[in-house]
Amino acid sequence: MSDALKAPILSLILLFAVLGIWEGITPTVKDAAEMTEYELLMGGASQEARVPPPSAIAAKAVEELSDPFYDNGPNDKGIGIQVAYSVYRVLSGYFFAALVAIPLGFLIGMSPLAYKALDPFIQVLRPISPLAWMPLALFVIKDSEASAIFVIFICSIWPMLINTAFGVANVRQDWVNVARTHELSNLKTAATVILPAAAPTILTGMRISIGIAWLVIVAAEMLVGGTGVGYYVWNEWNNLDLTSVIFSILVIGVVGMLLDTIFAQVQKVVAYHE
Amino acid sequence: MTIKSFGNPYDGDVDLRHGKSCTCDTCSNHKHASTGSDEHREALVEPAQAAPHRDFDEPNHAAMDSDEALSHMVESAVVRSVFGHNEISRRAFAKMVGGGTLAAALGSIFPMEAAKAAIAESLGKPEKTKLNVGFVPITCATPIIMAKPLGFYEKYGLDVDVIKTAGWAVARDKSLNKEYDAAHMLTPMPLAITMGAGSVAEPYLMPAVENINGQAIVLHTDHLDKNDDPSKWKGFKFGVPFEYSMHNFLLRYYVAEFGLDPDVDIQIRVVPPPEMVANLRAGNLDGYLSPDPFNQRAVWEKVGFIHKLTKDIWDGHPCCAFACSAEFAETLPNTYGNLLKALIDATQYASPAENRAEIAEAIAPKNYLNQPVPVISQVLTGRYADGLGNIKDVPDRIDFDPFPWHSMGVWILTQMKRWGYIEGDVDYKGIAEQVYNAADATSIMKSLGLETPNKTYQSYEIMGKTFDPDQPEAYVDSFAIGKGS
Repeated sequence: MSDALKAPILSLILLFAVLGIWEGITPTVKDAAEMTEYELLMGGASQEARVPPPSAIAAKAVEELSDPFYDNGPNDKGIGIQVAYSVYRVLSGYFFAALVAIPLGFLIGMSPLAYKALDPFIQVLRPISPLAWMPLALFVIKDSEASAIFVIFICSIWPMLINTAFGVANVRQDWVNVARTHELSNLKTAATVILPAAAPTILTGMRISIGIAWLVIVAAEMLVGGTGVGYYVWNEWNNLDLTSVIFSILVIGVVGMLLDTIFAQVQKVVAYHE
Repeated sequence: MTIKSFGNPYDGDVDLRHGKSCTCDTCSNHKHASTGSDEHREALVEPAQAAPHRDFDEPNHAAMDSDEALSHMVESAVVRSVFGHNEISRRAFAKMVGGGTLAAALGSIFPMEAAKAAIAESLGKPEKTKLNVGFVPITCATPIIMAKPLGFYEKYGLDVDVIKTAGWAVARDKSLNKEYDAAHMLTPMPLAITMGAGSVAEPYLMPAVENINGQAIVLHTDHLDKNDDPSKWKGFKFGVPFEYSMHNFLLRYYVAEFGLDPDVDIQIRVVPPPEMVANLRAGNLDGYLSPDPFNQRAVWEKVGFIHKLTKDIWDGHPCCAFACSAEFAETLPNTYGNLLKALIDATQYASPAENRAEIAEAIAPKNYLNQPVPVISQVLTGRYADGLGNIKDVPDRIDFDPFPWHSMGVWILTQMKRWGYIEGDVDYKGIAEQVYNAADATSIMKSLGLETPNKTYQSYEIMGKTFDPDQPEAYVDSFAIGKGS
């Protein structure tokens, strides 16, 4: 048997072993057959919130995924709609960030002067937790939807900016010199020589950014509420419904993985070998 | 009862405090009748009487109808607040320039007619029918929430989306951003927002209280041995839902009565209500004074027990309210009026015990409170387990009463002063009357055929101590523990 086949089989065995142990050690709680009124009002032993067994989570997943787009009013929507809201916010914030970061990164990478002038700002702004911007954004922008998008913007801009600058600055000087001997304009050099040469580094930055954006959107939505997968987690947490919380954690993981996979594919397209 | 508050506010000879020198007819009649008490409360309202009249020069208060009473009340409040509630300067000024000039001058800077028209006797069609109203998922918001599934908004021609909000800081910001047309707020919040305490200053109105009572002090089950005596709570970490909340002020009041300084001896943290139980379970908090259903939920989860219902601290205290910006009320008077009517109608429907079970079912689903029905119904019916092995029967554990007493506003302001949230001279009555829109509540309650109180100030008995709304500053100074005194 080849290694390519062995690895997934090993993964599956590991998964089922962990789930089996989890299921096994989760105690099943039964209520007493006859409860006094006090016990009824206390909810009985079975009502208490506790970590659910994997079978309960699987059942919850089947229930949620069989009707992912239901809409019972503004505060209760299916998981599919929630994920769509989150992805929409992430992509719009991310799009604006790319629009700013890539041209600015080009500028910084091509001009050592611009690099030196902007570096202090980048170094101060970059380490700020995106959520720290939230109260300020809510106050200044006066719109919670736009604030959430702004937070995504501000967190995804830095890896793209820095990677673009780095990629552009490190394009082999020989290639730029060749372009110069062909008397290409600066703009044409940037588009036909530097961009393709720096593309893999830029894409790495974009891939890091989308990962961060997805991490941040969940926290931002827990704060602002309304819609999105972060709100879904918060709403279920309020109800101490751990089954739904774990289910949504899995959904967040899977969507994050899909977003990353898309960028990994694009990265392959622009890669080159010298 | 005689009506005192409607002395013509533009007349320099009338004393709106109705003191010794007042020449208004009620006072002069009164002086003939009894030579004693010259101290009268301001703003006693007893409208709904005979023929209307609109003559400023011959104030015949007894013949004032409710419209008249309303417009006089608004005018009087505005005029008095312009003069910083200083009767002497108001009267001196009115005499100097003449009442008509004063009326015209004030009218030019304050849209008197607009303020009076904020709510009309017969409401027209709402200018805007699609509204967003924010709520924090707690039983205090019952009228705001249930008005949706039980059709109260629809009944008054409104299509309202009730939007769940994570906490009050976000609720405040979304209201100030105008994402919400109106919102469920804590009774101190509109006062704080209007004064710009912990927020940008924006004139807010609070035309209706949602619930009275309905909160509790919950302790972690680890502290069963400290249930008997709050003075043992030194070093505890307590949660309250917001700084400007009755919860904060009642908890501070309560522990201070047991000799603990809430700023030194215990730690008070702001925790959004929905996160209370999770924090209590994690040991982040030793207890909290929070809105239901999270007190009952702590019992249900077996992590806490109910130490005391706030009803037993101050029976009938206000908690949450319906609030909106003054701008909303002025620019969309019919929308505002219909919304207020829907909510007051829902509030009075929520009060009788026989409706409570139906309401519990209606507000428990995921779209609203997202809590188990048995937890909600224990809160609303008042038959509940306290977590100590007892079943209690307290039908008015939570009750619903829309009338925004000005004295409630004054009490809240005294506590804000006491604990240093506001400083300097506070115009207690002026602010309470500006924000707690008793006139609108009165006129809507009347149109629904509900009984309305004939005054807007009353005194309260809180843990054996009497609060007199006429002596707010003395009340603040009477406490041994506090920052403001």
